[in-house]
Amino acid sequence: MNVPTEHLLFVAAALFSIGVLGFFLRRNVIVVLMCIELMLNAANLTFLAASRAHSDAQHVNLVGPVFAIFVIAVAAAEAAVGLALIIALFRLRQTTEADSVQEMEG
Amino acid sequence: MSDQLWLWAIPALPLAGSAICGFLYLASLPRRGAPAGHAHGGDAHGHAPAVAAHADEHDDHGEHAGSGPGGMARLAGWVACGVMALALALAVKGFLDLRALDAAQRVLESPPWHWIAVSGFNVDVSIVLDPLSSALSLVICGVGFLIHVYSLGYMSADKGFAKFFAFLNLFVFAMLMLVLSSSLLGLFIGWEGVGLCSYLLIGFWYAKGWPAEAAQKAFVMNRIGDASFLIGSFLLLRLFGTLDLSDIAGSVAGLLQSGQHDTELMIAGLLLFGGCCGKSAQFPLFTWLPDAMAGPTPVSALIHAATMVTAGIYLVVRLNPLFAASPTLLLVIAVIGALTAFIGGTTALVQRDIKKVLAYSTVSQLGFMFIALGSGAFAAAVFHLITHAFFKGLLFLGAGSVIHGMHEEQDMHKMGGLKAHMPRTFVTFLAGAAALSGLPLMSGFFSKDEILAHAFAHGGVYYAIWGLGLLTAAVTAFYTWRMVALTFFGAERFDAQHVHPHESPAVMTVPLMILAALAVVGGVLGLPVVLGAPHLLDQWLAPVVQPGREILAAAHGGSLPHLSHATEWMLLGLGSVIALFFAHRGFHAYKAGIRRDEELSRKRPGLADFLGEAWRIDSGYSQKIVQPIKLVAFVTYVVIDQFGIDGAVNGSAALARATGGGLRTLTDGRIKTYAIWIGSGAALIAFLWLWS
Repeated sequence: MNVPTEHLLFVAAALFSIGVLGFFLRRNVIVVLMCIELMLNAANLTFLAASRAHSDAQHVNLVGPVFAIFVIAVAAAEAAVGLALIIALFRLRQTTEADSVQEMEG
Repeated sequence: MSDQLWLWAIPALPLAGSAICGFLYLASLPRRGAPAGHAHGGDAHGHAPAVAAHADEHDDHGEHAGSGPGGMARLAGWVACGVMALALALAVKGFLDLRALDAAQRVLESPPWHWIAVSGFNVDVSIVLDPLSSALSLVICGVGFLIHVYSLGYMSADKGFAKFFAFLNLFVFAMLMLVLSSSLLGLFIGWEGVGLCSYLLIGFWYAKGWPAEAAQKAFVMNRIGDASFLIGSFLLLRLFGTLDLSDIAGSVAGLLQSGQHDTELMIAGLLLFGGCCGKSAQFPLFTWLPDAMAGPTPVSALIHAATMVTAGIYLVVRLNPLFAASPTLLLVIAVIGALTAFIGGTTALVQRDIKKVLAYSTVSQLGFMFIALGSGAFAAAVFHLITHAFFKGLLFLGAGSVIHGMHEEQDMHKMGGLKAHMPRTFVTFLAGAAALSGLPLMSGFFSKDEILAHAFAHGGVYYAIWGLGLLTAAVTAFYTWRMVALTFFGAERFDAQHVHPHESPAVMTVPLMILAALAVVGGVLGLPVVLGAPHLLDQWLAPVVQPGREILAAAHGGSLPHLSHATEWMLLGLGSVIALFFAHRGFHAYKAGIRRDEELSRKRPGLADFLGEAWRIDSGYSQKIVQPIKLVAFVTYVVIDQFGIDGAVNGSAALARATGGGLRTLTDGRIKTYAIWIGSGAALIAFLWLWS
């Protein structure tokens, strides 16, 4: 079964769009964080698709997978920090609504 | 001879005395933080804080009440008088040394002080004693010494006693520097120094308010003249390349022969004369002198009658060739002098304040001296300067004695009949009045007559100046004897319940007597030629005024204008008759009291006001000069400063604030908004990158 690269890119674009929309429209910080993960994974999928498109029988292009692993590592770190912030926010405010925090208003 | 180091001691002694008195004054002040010996209300002084903070020590100036100065201050008085006596002794020694020399070589000079030495421009200041500066230093030290002694009595109850003597000594230093300096720049030190001391002493009782204003007025009016003086000095420096007075005086004749710089010479002379107008209170700058009477009376006698105001006369005589070089300039001087003499004399006619009469009289007599200078009679001007120093110093001190005895009353309408209460002051005052009014054989008679004779001899336009001078002489006799009659004769118009006139102590009356003697016999210095006696002062000053005379004689075709003996006798007789007649009229009109003054202000109120306000020159200045300047200043303030400069400064601040206010709404604290900005920024970059 040989899935065309265009299909993979289409799925990645769809995932990214869902992530962007969710990021802007959802209020719960946890969901916002999940949407960021979604966008990162869309990017990962694009990397892998591009890598596959540039490979042939003799040559396997590994640049894409290496990038994807890096992104996953960074995303893990980001999730750890993000969740810690969310817990701190919840302890302070008893809420996880992003819009309820506006103290940095200029 | 330029090895007379001791000459420096003449000005240095009063300077040292001033420093010592100043330290004694500071030492006599109550210690900071110590409980004040007297209670004062600081709110009584409506001055700047710096003044008010200082004013506490001088609160009862002029009241001659309270404990008076302590031992330190007393010592200062004796120090001041002591240095004056020493300076007088040195001046006399200088005079005797000079007299021992040949007439042509009568110059003593101290080793110079190399003040400024840059390439091509050197100023050496040394002390020069020649016949002119010797005569003037004798007057300054002599009259100055008497006035110092008098002040011991007059200021005896004043809290600022030691400070007063410090200023007075400083003044004498500056005045001596003015007449003894060899260089125009050294003269300028003295010129500004006497101005400063005049300012300090007019405003001596600054806590009263108006003396401080009078002091400022004197300073500003003098500053106008001084600016002119400075520009004139620069012009002289350009013309002659030196500021040495004798070099300048000696080079004028040569420059005149080249005939190329006549206009420059005249302008330089005119500018210097502008300085003289300020310092010597000539029209149109004389208005500060009557106000200067706000100072203590000894100050009025010393500075504003006998010495400082004659600085202008000294300067013209010192540079007499420069002034003689231009007939136009001489005429200007004579006209200004005659005008000033007449304005001052007529104003003195209606004054009620005894010191104001004397002040306007001084203005008028200084005008006479400038008539003499304008007529080329330089020696006659110095003669009148000397006799005027005697009799006007005497009259001021006498007026001070009267004011002292009347408990600070200066209004002659509230005096009268004082001759019984203060006989010594009365007799000496009579001598001064006789000399001022030019009664025959008094000192003022000879000096005034000589001036008028010189003006008459010139002829032409000078007849008008002579006529105005003669008219002023008549007016002078009238107001002098009006003053005597109002003060010493008639009914006692003061409140005998509260005012008990008393004679002043000997420390004040003895100087009066000495000055009275000088005022009576001072005429022997310059007896008229027709009497067959030698004109001592004329001979003495001949070496100094000779260059000017030669230039004048050349301009008049070889010889100076000369009067026949018959004409001179006639002028002498005319002067005597006018003086006697108007003195008699003035005395009798006011012997009975103030009725004549009341009649004048009832029948001719316009005239009385016009004369009383000195021809409305002061209010004219206020309307024509001060108000327009204030208007321009106001417009400048509102349009340029407030609108333009402040508008630009405030406008840029407002712009920055509005920009900030607009931009701050971007940072609303919502994570979403930031994310939109970041996202759209990233999208924009991506778009631009892909599109290009």
